[in-house]
Amino acid sequence: MAGIASRRLAKELKEIHTQGCPVGIQLLSADNFEEWHLSLEVMGDSQYQGEVFALKFRFEPQYPISAPAVQFMVTDKYKSPVHPHVYSNGHICASILGTEWSPVLSVIGVCVTLQSMLASCKKKERPPDNDRYVRHAPDNPKQTRFHYHDDTV
Amino acid sequence: MDMEVFDSDFKVPGKEKKKSYEVDAESLSQAQVERLMSVDVDHIRGIFGVDAPVASLLLRYMNWNKERLIEKYMDDPTAINVDAGISAADEEPKVSRAASTTGPTRTTRSGKLSKVKSPSPKRDEPFVCPICFDDTQTETLALSCTHTFCASCWNAYVTGKIREEGEHWIRCMAEGCSLVAPDPFIQQALGDDTATWSRFQELLVRHFVSCNKNLKFCPYPNCTYTVSCPAAATKSSLSTIVPTVTCGAGPDHKFCFGCSVESDHRPVVCAVASMWLKKCHDDSETANWIKSNTKECTKCQSTIEKNGGCNHMTCKKCKHEFCWVCMGPWTEHGTAWYSCNRYDEKASQDARDSQSKSRASLERYLHYYNRWANHEQSAKLSMDLYKKTEQKMEEMQITSELTWIEVQFMKKAVDEVFKCRMTLKWTYAMAYYLERGNPKELFEDNQRDLEKAVEDLSELLEQAIEPAEIATLRQKVTDKTVYVQKRNEIMLEDTANGFLEGRWTWNATVEGFE
Repeated sequence: MAGIASRRLAKELKEIHTQGCPVGIQLLSADNFEEWHLSLEVMGDSQYQGEVFALKFRFEPQYPISAPAVQFMVTDKYKSPVHPHVYSNGHICASILGTEWSPVLSVIGVCVTLQSMLASCKKKERPPDNDRYVRHAPDNPKQTRFHYHDDTV
Repeated sequence: MDMEVFDSDFKVPGKEKKKSYEVDAESLSQAQVERLMSVDVDHIRGIFGVDAPVASLLLRYMNWNKERLIEKYMDDPTAINVDAGISAADEEPKVSRAASTTGPTRTTRSGKLSKVKSPSPKRDEPFVCPICFDDTQTETLALSCTHTFCASCWNAYVTGKIREEGEHWIRCMAEGCSLVAPDPFIQQALGDDTATWSRFQELLVRHFVSCNKNLKFCPYPNCTYTVSCPAAATKSSLSTIVPTVTCGAGPDHKFCFGCSVESDHRPVVCAVASMWLKKCHDDSETANWIKSNTKECTKCQSTIEKNGGCNHMTCKKCKHEFCWVCMGPWTEHGTAWYSCNRYDEKASQDARDSQSKSRASLERYLHYYNRWANHEQSAKLSMDLYKKTEQKMEEMQITSELTWIEVQFMKKAVDEVFKCRMTLKWTYAMAYYLERGNPKELFEDNQRDLEKAVEDLSELLEQAIEPAEIATLRQKVTDKTVYVQKRNEIMLEDTANGFLEGRWTWNATVEGFE
């Protein structure tokens, strides 16, 4: 069983290098098979015009059987997008990162899903429980049991 | 298997006649519960003409509610097959990207599982698992949706679901596919990992038990026994009985079938026990603090904390001025600052009377709470008492002629004291809510007699041992133990009878007693 995560990630990396990323998505760093960074931009007409975000992926050895830990990076350069499913610390409440995760999904697949989640946003606001959540949030969003809110946004 | 048969024989002792504070319950081993499950599966199989794994999935989807399942199935078999993850939503098997190169596939008839294939059909290119991207894998598995993945990915996925998530409802790995893996598929995916397979079996049993009102899993860690207690299955039954049951696997495997408040809260019923605990949880600390740190304004009864300053109090709310020491109106103090020598004045006495009235309900609660907590505390300390008693028992063997068997009376007494303290503890919770009247008085008489007997016995146990008096001590302890046992029996029996007769009335609204 050893090496399933690295073999799979190597393959995903190879595909990114040969086929390139979908438009708006760029690989920032993938120096190892534990943590990758990608940048994300919503193309076309949207609430997030001109904003660039960065995603941090953390992989366990059981990836892709277990979902990666995905969050928006909050640094000097990058901010967490203001979105009803994204907390100000970058944690994301999205079912595909939790119960709906499928091992068939990939890093790029997750990026594309999050890109469209941002693209379809009509009103920029934080989740209603943002303050309370951020105060006690664990470092790794996978330790949070999200209640997935409505999927309409 | 032989072990199991032996165990179950061992566990159902031929009970003499049942006491009114006991309930009929039966202990079932995991194998026995599995047999119950297979009876249901066979039943469904016979009616619907499906194979056992499909029947099992259908039942699990419907939380083992056979009647609802049959109703729904008669209504629309296709819909329920889709919902239960047996067949895909559209009848035409769609060619998914996961199995894009797969040639002709068999059509999926609802209700019939296509056999798991391994290895996958011959193809020109070597199969590359879309999860691990390993092209050296030769063994692949797929559900009837034909989403094909290599066997080792399936193994890791199924193992993770069972081990990490405790999940028995395991869906296909493909994104958005809602097909659920039937038992034979899971067994195949697990290969020779029998430990995980048996964990899966246990999860199925747990699910079945949780769906059946007559069954409860023994909450003792790692215990796999189930208790069947149909007498306590309905909510209304819990207002007449206290279903303390045991799976029989050990003295600690005792629990209440009706609630999770405490393993044995006899003689009081679940609703009152949980009401009491909730009240104590909310109130006891606050009440204690209020009692020791505050007084009430004698005019408007607001609770006042004096956090400094002189004894000349002015109520923030009603502006009443009074003396903190004697509680009398300040006007009568004149200028006698700080020294209150008027404790017996009529006015201050009246003020204290009104004060004590408003304290009464608090005092009443604390009266019951303190006794309740005291018995709990004493019972907790019984571990120490055990140790001390054991020492004494050894001592006795040395200083007297008594043998080990003959000094067992001490241990027996400690056991009995512990048991009775638990009973006593809960009688205080019950008495707090009992409406005043004759029944309550009789209840409290029984309580008093039991308490007195227990305290006497406790004292005997704490006494230092004089070698010359061991014989008399032994006689005394043995007699007292028998007496205490008797009193406990009376307490439990009479209270239980009271519930059966509907004799108890409450001074608060208790669930199930309206």
